[in-house]
Amino acid sequence: MVEQPLSDVRILDLTWYISGPNCTKLFADYGADVIKVERSGEGDPARRMGPFYQDDPHPEKSGLFLYLNTNKRSITLNLKTETGKRILKDLAEDADILVENFNPHVMPSLGLDYETLEKINPKLVMTSISNFGQTGPYRDFKASELIIYGMGGAMCTTGVGDCEPVKKGMNVIQYQGGTMAATATMIALYAARAQGIGQYVDVSLMESQMGSIDRRMSELLAYEYNGELTPRMDIAGLLQYPYGIFPCADGYVDVAGGFMFLNRIEKVLKMPLMERYGGVNQFDVERREEFFADIWYPWIMERTRREIVEACQEGRVMSGPINTTEDLLREPQFQERGFWAEIDHPVVGKLTCPGMPAISAELPWEIRRPAPLLGEHNEEVYASLGYTREDLMKLREGGII
Amino acid sequence: MAKLPLEGIRVVGMTQMWAGPTAEMHLADWGAEVIKVESLHYLAVGTRGPAPRHPKFAVDFVKGGYAAYLKEGYDEVNGRPWNRSSMFNVHGRNKLSCTVDPVKPRGKEIIKQLVQVSDVFIESNQPGVMENLGLTYDVIQEWNPKIIMVSMSGFGQTGPLKYYRALGAHQEDFLGHTYLRGYVDRDVTANSAIYHGDEASGTAAPFIIVMALHQRNKTGKGMFIDISQAEATMTQLGEAILDYTMNQRITERTGNRDLYGAVQGCYRCQGEDRWVNITIRNDKEWEGFCRALGNPEWTREERFSDTLKRCHNHDELDRRIEEWTSQHDHFKAMYTLQKEGVAAGPVEHPDDAYNDPQMKDRGFFEEVTHSECGTHRYPGLPYRMSKTPNHFRRPPVRLGEHNEYVYKEILKVSDEEYAELEREGHIGMDLVPDLEIGKYKAE
Repeated sequence: MVEQPLSDVRILDLTWYISGPNCTKLFADYGADVIKVERSGEGDPARRMGPFYQDDPHPEKSGLFLYLNTNKRSITLNLKTETGKRILKDLAEDADILVENFNPHVMPSLGLDYETLEKINPKLVMTSISNFGQTGPYRDFKASELIIYGMGGAMCTTGVGDCEPVKKGMNVIQYQGGTMAATATMIALYAARAQGIGQYVDVSLMESQMGSIDRRMSELLAYEYNGELTPRMDIAGLLQYPYGIFPCADGYVDVAGGFMFLNRIEKVLKMPLMERYGGVNQFDVERREEFFADIWYPWIMERTRREIVEACQEGRVMSGPINTTEDLLREPQFQERGFWAEIDHPVVGKLTCPGMPAISAELPWEIRRPAPLLGEHNEEVYASLGYTREDLMKLREGGII
Repeated sequence: MAKLPLEGIRVVGMTQMWAGPTAEMHLADWGAEVIKVESLHYLAVGTRGPAPRHPKFAVDFVKGGYAAYLKEGYDEVNGRPWNRSSMFNVHGRNKLSCTVDPVKPRGKEIIKQLVQVSDVFIESNQPGVMENLGLTYDVIQEWNPKIIMVSMSGFGQTGPLKYYRALGAHQEDFLGHTYLRGYVDRDVTANSAIYHGDEASGTAAPFIIVMALHQRNKTGKGMFIDISQAEATMTQLGEAILDYTMNQRITERTGNRDLYGAVQGCYRCQGEDRWVNITIRNDKEWEGFCRALGNPEWTREERFSDTLKRCHNHDELDRRIEEWTSQHDHFKAMYTLQKEGVAAGPVEHPDDAYNDPQMKDRGFFEEVTHSECGTHRYPGLPYRMSKTPNHFRRPPVRLGEHNEYVYKEILKVSDEEYAELEREGHIGMDLVPDLEIGKYKAE
């Protein structure tokens, strides 16, 4: 049995909410020992964010927290006390990586900035994730999922022209910042191991969008090249023979036909089209509407997503069913590849969740333990630092853990 | 002086579109020698521009959006449109490019020699392409048992969707993202096609690859890695999926509204198509918001007096907020609100982004001179490291720009043989014009 690739890596995890925990989750699921440091009493605020198991807003039942914190150990620690800071420094001495996503002023104000920690552990990789980065005029500005996408990402061209710009789904912008931070941290860890140098990694969520490929970087460069701003354009606005998302018998389906591929659409529909529409270009509104009314809608409204997608595949036209999460869980593709993972949690029981981001026999991915209960690993972690049960009692009474 | 983290690692890339090239970009940025292996006979759609053959009308027609060609200075006779595409030049920095015709036996021999002196071999073609070329892992590992081979396709190398024809937008449909985004009061047809999977999987892949290098340092073994772009992207939709597995509830889209009960929206500002996003999470931020507006009468109405009431009357509140924002510039609205502790930020068009004070202060955009495109500002590196600081070391790579280096210095090809390879259509800097567009097919 191959050992997990990151079983030799220890991470001191001061993160909360979404981006930071997603970064350390990638490491934890590949074997890193991640010690999650939470505030006593409340813990990570993600524990209070839904969806909750059976809609019970209990700190151990948040789906968001349960997903993002698999394979981590939780300790509680009050970083505002001198003892708390000392304990954190003790833990940093043995860590390969420290990740935090507080506001930029927090770590320096606690006396836990990189310059201080570097003296304790010169090989430490410290990664800070923040909304706008550790420097600059926006450093202390507040933000949200929506605001980061609007400023950094391609929001200005997402949506339809007669409406406001619209964001992506759920919290993917913060997740993406976490994935970006994981890549940056992994690269820095590689240098730490190869060259013996620790360093400070500064990840800005705004830049993680400004430097992301989903149209943003390309749109920026297209503007720099030709000076043209792009309007928001819905898919149907491309005015092509069938190109866009359409209603069908059991929901919606996405079909990327296009007038250039009329011969392929012929094969999909099993109808002669070239004769009628062969010479028509995309701007001929009358003929296009005739095509949709006489041919396309009658055909598509009678068929299910599955039937349409299969017909498109046969005709070599790209397409996709608009799946809900329920449909997604039923897709044979992901079941057959063993993508779904199972968590067995002491409070909520067995749960299915997204699994490994890559398949390789040499890179085993595993749920070794569910997300931790708040402070679940206080005893074992503090014992490893030499604290006795009596010491822990005192720390607890002192409001430190 | 520390070396760049990945110096000494050599990566061979046969990637297309965006996801694979994004992975290469991260590795190249941090010091790996990334050699793109391209063909003078075939460029996949969307790789070095939206069209595979880059006809003149395409160069003229496509100039906005994300799939533009640089128009200025384009010369139909000598110009090489495949070196002028925003789709490629945006991630092409710090990489090298050599050309080879992988369809010919001699081309395959060249790829073999490159694989033998490399650490990572990455491809992002539709499954079937590498099989046709005879470049599957069982062949590659015989050439170099220590190689790390990465395949990243839409749905992965196994399963009923293995050969599924799809763009990023269609992966989004399958994995539920299309359903989860867009307007609440309009159906799912009213939206733009997006390609979140390209950035999600393209950013996760370099994490996996560097981790694989770390593992190889311990085990001494090469490996095959199968990345399904769809699966790597689904890991970013955890809570929506858990709501179904925990509660059998299908998550619906919320538009620009907050998922956790804040007042939130995107509001029209002064100017053409200018907007500001605002998020008001609690009473304290609400008070700040009211102060920023000068405490107008309506903010004291009973129906806006606590978080719950504000959420219940969100539509009416939106109308009031927009009355204020529509009288302000989108950046001015941000400064006014942030000063009072309210989260707000403009929706930045590209012209806003290049002028953004934060981006300027951080030096995000970098000015680079490209021998065919001239001097332009490019989006820069998305994260910083203190001891191995880094910038653009090379401009976006031109097709076949490093043939001499790759063939003569790495593969030790003689001048005579080099000339022969040029004649055979392996080496060059111009697409071979008279060949049909088609998929790779090995002879």
